Amino acid sequence: MPSVGTLAFDEFGRPVLILKGQESKKRLFGIEAHKSHILAGKAVANTLKTSLGPRGMDKCMVSPDGDITITNDGATILSMMHVENEIGKLLVQLSKSQDDEIGDGTTGVVVLAGALLEQAEALLDKGIHPIRIADGYELAAKMALEHLDKIAESYPLDLKNLDPLINTAMTTLGSKIINRCQRQMAEIAVNAIMSVADMKRRDVNFELIRVQGKVGGRLEDTLLVKGVVVDKTFSHPQMPKEVRDAKIAILTCPFEPPKPKTKHKLDITTVEDYKKLREYEKEKFSEMIKSIKDAGTNLVICQWGFDDEANHLLLSHQLPAVRWVGGPEIEMIAIATGGRIVPRFQELSADKLGFAGHVYELDFGTTGDHMLCIEQCKKSNTCTIFVRGGNKMVVEEAKRALHDALCVVRNLVRDNRIVYGGGACEIACAVEVAKQANKIATIEQYAIRAFADALESVPLALAENSGFSPIKTVSDVKSQQIAQNNPRLGIDCLNTGTNDMKTQSVIETLIGKRQQISLATQLVRMILKIDDIRLPGETDE
Amino acid sequence: MRGDLSTALNPIPLYKQGVEEEKSELARLSSFAGAMAVGDLIKTTLGPKGMDKILQCSMSGGPDAGKLLVTNDGATILSKIGIDNPVAKVLVDISKVQDDEVGDGTTSVVVLASELLRETENLLAQKIHPQTIIAGWRKATNEALRVLEGIAKNNSSNIEQFRSDLMNIARTTLSSKILQGKKEHFAKLCVDAVLKLKGKTDLQGIQIIKRLGNNMSDSYLEEGFLLEKKIGINMPKRLENARILIANTPMDTDKIKVFGSRVRVDSVAKVAELELAEKEKMKDKVNKILQHNCNVFINRQLIYDYPEQLFAEKGVMAIEHADFEGVERLAQVLGGEIVSTFDTPDKVRLGKCDLIEEIIIGEDKLIKFSGVAEGRACTIVLRGATQQILDEAERSIHDALCVLSQTVKEPRICYGGGAAEMLMATAVSQLAEKTPGKESVAIESFARALRQLPTIIADNAGYDSAELVANLRAAHTAGKSTHGLDMEKGAVADMVELGILESYHLKRQVVSSAAEAAEMVLRIDNIIRAPPRPRQRDMRHH
Repeated sequence: MPSVGTLAFDEFGRPVLILKGQESKKRLFGIEAHKSHILAGKAVANTLKTSLGPRGMDKCMVSPDGDITITNDGATILSMMHVENEIGKLLVQLSKSQDDEIGDGTTGVVVLAGALLEQAEALLDKGIHPIRIADGYELAAKMALEHLDKIAESYPLDLKNLDPLINTAMTTLGSKIINRCQRQMAEIAVNAIMSVADMKRRDVNFELIRVQGKVGGRLEDTLLVKGVVVDKTFSHPQMPKEVRDAKIAILTCPFEPPKPKTKHKLDITTVEDYKKLREYEKEKFSEMIKSIKDAGTNLVICQWGFDDEANHLLLSHQLPAVRWVGGPEIEMIAIATGGRIVPRFQELSADKLGFAGHVYELDFGTTGDHMLCIEQCKKSNTCTIFVRGGNKMVVEEAKRALHDALCVVRNLVRDNRIVYGGGACEIACAVEVAKQANKIATIEQYAIRAFADALESVPLALAENSGFSPIKTVSDVKSQQIAQNNPRLGIDCLNTGTNDMKTQSVIETLIGKRQQISLATQLVRMILKIDDIRLPGETDE
Repeated sequence: MRGDLSTALNPIPLYKQGVEEEKSELARLSSFAGAMAVGDLIKTTLGPKGMDKILQCSMSGGPDAGKLLVTNDGATILSKIGIDNPVAKVLVDISKVQDDEVGDGTTSVVVLASELLRETENLLAQKIHPQTIIAGWRKATNEALRVLEGIAKNNSSNIEQFRSDLMNIARTTLSSKILQGKKEHFAKLCVDAVLKLKGKTDLQGIQIIKRLGNNMSDSYLEEGFLLEKKIGINMPKRLENARILIANTPMDTDKIKVFGSRVRVDSVAKVAELELAEKEKMKDKVNKILQHNCNVFINRQLIYDYPEQLFAEKGVMAIEHADFEGVERLAQVLGGEIVSTFDTPDKVRLGKCDLIEEIIIGEDKLIKFSGVAEGRACTIVLRGATQQILDEAERSIHDALCVLSQTVKEPRICYGGGAAEMLMATAVSQLAEKTPGKESVAIESFARALRQLPTIIADNAGYDSAELVANLRAAHTAGKSTHGLDMEKGAVADMVELGILESYHLKRQVVSSAAEAAEMVLRIDNIIRAPPRPRQRDMRHH
């Protein structure tokens, strides 16, 4: 019940206000608070439920400015949903932390949390204390995680045979709109990760992979460029559009007369001063060009702008140049070409130049758009995924999907243990947890059983989204799993005829799944522990 | 529908105030309604007998306030109408992308996408899952693109044939536009202009100058180059064997750019001295420019009176303030370099042309460069009775130029007049017959949507569309894969004989991007609309 403030009365029966502005504040406590939390959590989870799995649907979000985002990615949906409810916001953050940590499974984690809350509601009605429920969930989560480790399989990480990795990436991409060219996209993601992965440290530096989109063409035209693509063109229209064996000077100083950092005023009082200054300026320009030329450069990449005169000087000295290249891009170029970023002209020398075999301009469509493509770099371990698509929304969604796929592949590089998707591992865990529940002597038993039921919510949603009768399908699979003692059986979403996820190669990473279960449990525990909410009242404006 | 929940009948707001949420059926309903509304809006402009629309820009705000626009171009229409429906915006976006990518077919792509969604409504009523429909469509799209590629022909090796193909494509594109009556004239004009670009797709090299007056058929392609500028006073109005220096340099007062410098003097006399020094500097600059042995100087920036006077003294023609694109085009046409420093006269390449003269079109003076060295840019002069005609003519020419330049890049062609669509529809129908399962229904619906395009073309022309399309379908089933609709006679005819060609690239883009958009819309089952951003009070005036 909202806004039942606790009131104290003095001996004359007048109310004493304990909190400042109490009457305008909203308050919710006790079982009502729990109920309202659970309701809000369920509502958010229900919105996402339909996006789960290869046959899940998308959501269309209209931003305050009228821009449209169409997406299947849980974290993106939630972050754009403008949820105001406190518990709803917690779920939004839950999804975000899964996104930051793992990058995939952002929908699954919310659905699981929603299911846990739903189960908790029934237990609360039975009169079980919220803390006991929370404790039971905690125990159950531990059991589930142990079981997950048990059924996880180690995965051969072989650079020559990338198929297993590609299969995992394909599982992630399966639910997105780009599953039309699932295989191609998965290969792109795997190749991108493999080209930047540090196998010794088992780590992947994401900064070396850029995902760049350009509207136009078809999704099938998406490609992986082993190099850098920047949305820039040569500074002078008459510079050559293609440079081979480019020696690149990467500058962060503008082609302009120097600007000392100390504040100063330069006074011109006489004609001589004026003339001297003129000379000085001219000298500076030719000095700059000379230092570049002397280093043996034949391509200049600059973070800042050029003066008209500098621009022409570059042209007349046959130095193609690119200006206004942004910070991250310039770093990428430096890493890719093995060059050093040079902050002053004086420091430029031959060994600081970067090298690229082929630099050229790409033309697009009819509007005269150009992009600069730097390829065959000295160190080829940077790459750019260049996404094409028929409209803005598809390109954006493809970028998000590729990001997820990249994350998953990276996780595999870090930890090569996997579990089977399609709800298989959830069902296996549910079976195990339910079995263990009976051994627990205390009230927590109920909570543990509820946890097992909640785990089944993911396969249930998968089956429902695929158009099967959910309960029948899941119970079939469950009984098969127990009968065959085979934790690889899941929901056959695409109707391929087998529900063995190993033959379907529907694979998910172990760390992703572990994270889902532990994050969801953690959050639900937290929500169950809240028994009082106070909201600031509407401030008068 | 608000995201309200309740315990004990007290609502618990889930979303921020003003957020609207539409779920499953309702979301679909609103998305289909939006898509169909947009489709219906522009489908009457399709085809050679399509109609135009008048767009009156709103009276308040914007540079186009109260402007009148008459157009047949899908992308232009859609970009000018304010749309709130999210799905309609998706369609507007694909039309814009089509415009950027190919330049034409902006109407077809929207009509096809909306027809696909119209078909879906029936399928969903039969309780077929959207994902099943999508699976069917993907198969259908692949099949359609496969047969389209099969029929695409490449004539680029044979120059004569290729030119006539280009002419045909230009004619087909122009036939649905205002220029229809003079399409022969304009088709030739466009083809000549595009061939001058020598394979480049950058249309900046083609300048379109619009001048009111005269007749549309008085429009022409200027062999040389026209610049919308006047020649300075006291300078020769006509110059033969011009050596042209194209520059981008300040010719007002040449500022000192060293940061923080400023002039501080203690007497007026010193100011005068400095002024003199400045003047001298300018004179130096002019002298340096003159050392290039040029007799024409064209600058992107302003030329002040003093340097202009100096140039006039030396008999050099000086043209100021040619805008940036103008300078770039000039450099392309004349083969000169755009110069900003003048210390190395021997290294700079000057532009050349045989004759520069001032000419008058309508009531404006323009500078004409003829006998240019490198003709990689050109000017199309459009004449017409009203501003609206000129604008629409420009858009039509632009469409034609885009398509042609893309065709030069990707020289494969296919057949117009609904032939390509019917070909794809027939192949897709056959695929549907072979496919088991519910997907077959979806595949068949794709074929129906494709068949809608010729139907709409025939409807717009006022013919009996059912009869014509059935005949066309029969012709295609009988293997006459180049047959399409002849909208002059209202009959089925061989498109090869009529020379109704379209670019393969265009058709492929239409099909794949419409299918992609329709798929995207179909996947939506929930629309969440944030409240419009509240207007911030503008505090700048207080």
